[in-house]
Amino acid sequence: MEFLSNLISGLSLGAIYALIALGYTMVYGIAKMLNFAHGDVIMIGAFTVLATVATAGFPWYIGIIASVIVCTVLGVTIEKIAYKPLRKANPLSVLITAIGVSYFLQSVALLIFGSGKQSFPTVIKANPIKLGSLIIQGNSVVTLIITTIIMVVLTLFINKTRLGKAMRAVSEDKDAAELMGISVNRTISLTFAIGSALAAVAGIFYGSTYGFVDPYAGAMPGIKAFVAAVFGGIGSIPGAMLGGILLGIIENLSKAYISTDLADAIVFGVLIVVLIVKPTGLLGKKIREKV
Amino acid sequence: MKFLQKMSKDMKDRLITFGILFGAFLIVEILILTGGASRHLQAMLIPICINMLLAVSLNLTVGFLGELTLGHAGFMSVGAYAGCLFSIYCKDLLPVFIRYPLAMLIGGAVAAVFGILIGIPVLRLKGDYLAIVTLAFGEIIRSVIINLDFLGGAAGLKGTPQDATFISSFAVVVISVLLILNFLNSKSGRAIKSIRDNRIASESCGVQITYYKMLAFVFSAFFAGIAGVIYGHNLNILTADTFDYNKSIEILLIVVLGGMGSIRGSVIAAVIITALPEALRGLDKYRMVIYAVLLIAIMIFNSSEFGKRIREKYDPKKLFAKKNAVKKENADE
Amino acid sequence: MNNQRERTKMVPVPSHSIIPERDANFLPILEVSHLGINFNGLKAVDDFNLTVGRTEIAGLIGPNGAGKTTVFNLLTNVYQPTNGSIMLDGYNTAGKTTEQVNRMGIARTFQNIRLFSNMSVLDNVKVGLHNSIKTSLGASLLRLPSYYRNEKIANERALELLSIFKMENAAYDKAGSLPYGAQRRLEIVRALATNPGIILLDEPAAGMNPSETAELMENIRMIRDTFHIAVMLIEHDMNLVMGICEGICVLNYGRVIAKGTPDEIVSNPVVIEAYLGKKD
Repeated sequence: MEFLSNLISGLSLGAIYALIALGYTMVYGIAKMLNFAHGDVIMIGAFTVLATVATAGFPWYIGIIASVIVCTVLGVTIEKIAYKPLRKANPLSVLITAIGVSYFLQSVALLIFGSGKQSFPTVIKANPIKLGSLIIQGNSVVTLIITTIIMVVLTLFINKTRLGKAMRAVSEDKDAAELMGISVNRTISLTFAIGSALAAVAGIFYGSTYGFVDPYAGAMPGIKAFVAAVFGGIGSIPGAMLGGILLGIIENLSKAYISTDLADAIVFGVLIVVLIVKPTGLLGKKIREKV
Repeated sequence: MKFLQKMSKDMKDRLITFGILFGAFLIVEILILTGGASRHLQAMLIPICINMLLAVSLNLTVGFLGELTLGHAGFMSVGAYAGCLFSIYCKDLLPVFIRYPLAMLIGGAVAAVFGILIGIPVLRLKGDYLAIVTLAFGEIIRSVIINLDFLGGAAGLKGTPQDATFISSFAVVVISVLLILNFLNSKSGRAIKSIRDNRIASESCGVQITYYKMLAFVFSAFFAGIAGVIYGHNLNILTADTFDYNKSIEILLIVVLGGMGSIRGSVIAAVIITALPEALRGLDKYRMVIYAVLLIAIMIFNSSEFGKRIREKYDPKKLFAKKNAVKKENADE
Repeated sequence: MNNQRERTKMVPVPSHSIIPERDANFLPILEVSHLGINFNGLKAVDDFNLTVGRTEIAGLIGPNGAGKTTVFNLLTNVYQPTNGSIMLDGYNTAGKTTEQVNRMGIARTFQNIRLFSNMSVLDNVKVGLHNSIKTSLGASLLRLPSYYRNEKIANERALELLSIFKMENAAYDKAGSLPYGAQRRLEIVRALATNPGIILLDEPAAGMNPSETAELMENIRMIRDTFHIAVMLIEHDMNLVMGICEGICVLNYGRVIAKGTPDEIVSNPVVIEAYLGKKD
């Protein structure tokens, strides 16, 4: 029973990672860059909820809507200001810029909200479910249900709609897509918008699960979600989902049965093993370098 | 004639770099001797040397090899713990002038061994993957250290003799910069720069890519380890949490600010970034924001089309060359 | 322009190739048999056979996408072949890395120029000299006399190589700031610096005007004659190919469709068809 309970909370944590990983993987697929600041967008999303609900006293749903809007605008703005000028620059410069953006978001949050941990308002009100001796947290249930819905909708969006097709086309070949009349700039903006909106949702779940936010709250889940995206195969949307869920389970089980302190190290160990054994991840495609 | 002029470019570069180093050293020493140096300034001197070492060594991988490593603080911590443990055990056995240099060599060597161990898997990767995996290793090192009781665990390692002095740290910086410059201007250095500029062409020229990547990585780890040893011998207590990801980013900031691929730049930027918090005490709250904006602005200025246009427009060399070209054309007529 | 082409007498060798008669008594520099590679099921190169004589100037031509550069990538082990073997100077290159193959005696240039653009022209050539500079790491770090001695030798050698293309005055310029044609020439110099037995040139005349191309032709001949090495080139400029190549191999859809002397190739109906399409 205890194992099952650990498994389910791992699943719920994994669902959050999957949501974040989707943002990484979509941006990686389309803009071919690692958006290092993605994790910090989650933190901003969580703080937005905190500011609207706990500080300003709005109802929880306004908090959620505000958080999604703020993150979406933030994601698109970051892309426009920091990444777009570097679209033709070498990957190293882009990565360093992304790290700069991450640092920027953290330090701005530090200025506004201070460095202390602040308790996250109750946004998700759900009672624990009891199945015999097994107790499942209401939070986990809501996280799992909402994440599943989001993933289904996203998959349909990518596969069935015109915009989704445009995104796939740009990720396949930017120049050819441009020649077909697809606006690459708009598609990249859209990708950042979707990824950041998902990050906002992930931020709310993360805050609800752990009960607090601080300016560094986004960094670790961000990096772990990137590990998840790589684990699943970067650029692959089902891969991000699978990688996220597996990573959440691995992390929670290591915490429960090995060591709380070493859980992070184990998660990173997974990354290293995956990259050495199968660098393309579980569901990724192999790309041949052009010479 | 031109050949001779250019031949000395390397020499000229060195003269300027070491001129700056020794000039700054002299000014500081005079200030200390005349009592003009505040305690704040004196307390900053060793951290400045440490940051110089860290930045110069990180520049080897980021600026010259062209691979972003985000686990530099990890190597620093490994060196610090190894060197400090050695000093603690030999506190009563060896006099300072043997113990401390030995501790540095041991710290550097242990960090270099870690560099090899981590380099074997990591250097097969490229770009973003390499960056994130080095970050992962840095974090793993930190969480493992916290869990090791003989390293003091989360409470930190106490009892390291306070052997670090400004003069010895400065000497280490000078020797290290000299060795690194020698390295960069040798066939190994050229090989490393060629991998940065074009890996495939470099392979086609018969350069042993894996070996040279490893060499740069291990050198970088070695000097980071030495910086760690100095750091550990400058403090009462060594805690693993100081060597987190943010420390690695701070070093990266110094490298980027000084210019990737410029040793002199790293040296100067290390002074600025270490001394800035003191100089801008009133702006302390905004320090991190300033760093972040600086990092982004430098990258965009250096690497975007927009930045390129501006640089070309105001490039003093180009402006001069254009005038010459016009003159030459006229002469041809 | 030099219109009277001196035609080399070519003799057949067992692998259905021809090599210059003067090379016939020596081990061929390159012997490729049944070379092939699949990209996800697509046969990008299939059953490629070729023998190149020790001092031959060989041409590899074919329409765009025929697989010419892929052949170069296979010869330099940038791609590992799916089947077939490559004998370089009598040694099998199977399983070797690109850098090992280079040290075994094959050097190349690239279609899309790949210089070390942030390094000086001289340093580009010195990277080519990398394996002939024998300074140890310790000697470099401590700047022992051997470091200075070897660097001096390397500098002199690099300048000498640059003088082939009269580029010694640009030695200290940044490679990336050179004009296009000079960048192509620098790639050739850098490849020569690795002391190869055969040099592969991937579209050396691309982007050059007719007079530059004519000069390049002279230079390629001169390189062959001074260094006594073989040259194999991919080129779309037919004046150049027909002007200096002794044996030509035509590739289409990854397969060899013709081999022969320039005169045989220009009159070969299969080749004409591959370039111009079938006559209805």
